[in-house]
Amino acid sequence: MKYVTTFIALLLVYLLLAGFTVDEVILGSIVSVVLTLILVKRLNFKVDWKFPIKLLKFLFVYIPVFIWKLILANLDVARRVLSPKIPLNPGIVKVKTNLKGDLGKLTLANSITLTPGTLSIDVEEDTIYVHAIDVKGKTESENQANISGPFEKILGGIFE
Amino acid sequence: MTIVSYIFLIIGGLFFLLGGLGVLRMPDTFNRIQAGTKATTLGAFSIMIGVAFGAAAVGEWTWIPKLLIIIVFIVISNPVGSSAIAKATYQSKNIPDNLVQDDLKDRGESK
Repeated sequence: MKYVTTFIALLLVYLLLAGFTVDEVILGSIVSVVLTLILVKRLNFKVDWKFPIKLLKFLFVYIPVFIWKLILANLDVARRVLSPKIPLNPGIVKVKTNLKGDLGKLTLANSITLTPGTLSIDVEEDTIYVHAIDVKGKTESENQANISGPFEKILGGIFE
Repeated sequence: MTIVSYIFLIIGGLFFLLGGLGVLRMPDTFNRIQAGTKATTLGAFSIMIGVAFGAAAVGEWTWIPKLLIIIVFIVISNPVGSSAIAKATYQSKNIPDNLVQDDLKDRGESK
């Protein structure tokens, strides 16, 4: 199952880059098989029957929210950059996460970086250190609700 | 189709401009990284969409999946890179003095 998923992902990337012709499908399959055999031991993910549902959730729930937040973040940056005196109240805050897997944490950290006014600096066990351009909350849990709340909920359903 | 492509290209260019301006105007490293990362990600995103529309307008449909893959790789690698720079900044003790709160300081010197 893991082999098949890895193979399909590699072949898909190859074909999207090279184009759908018979030659490319044959060559891409050979390359993908070799790469799958090399890579599969080093990959750490589980595939089960829920995988397609999770993928659909990722594509149709997470990605739209993410793009919307990215646009908001850019408008926020634009507002700050164009104001005569830049409004700043920066600080480095701790954010706890419930996500267990490395991939989940990576996605969460990346999402935090691309949301308005925050930049994740380091991930350590279950803590993400975040630089916030404007620290609003007084306590740790308030900051957590502000920074990672919306993504934590969505990603929790996808990565556990 | 061509007009839509131009609109996206102009929006992308505008975000790159704002990002550059942000890097120049922000007072310290972390805030500069913030401005740089966000603006370049959405700027590249927008320019890729613009190029996709432009390619579709002249019938080059095979460009679109390639551009999608480029977007995915940019969105994955851009925040990772900026995190690495931010971490390096912190570890080199190049910390701005305007922070109102610094939780990384309490972590100790273990790493």
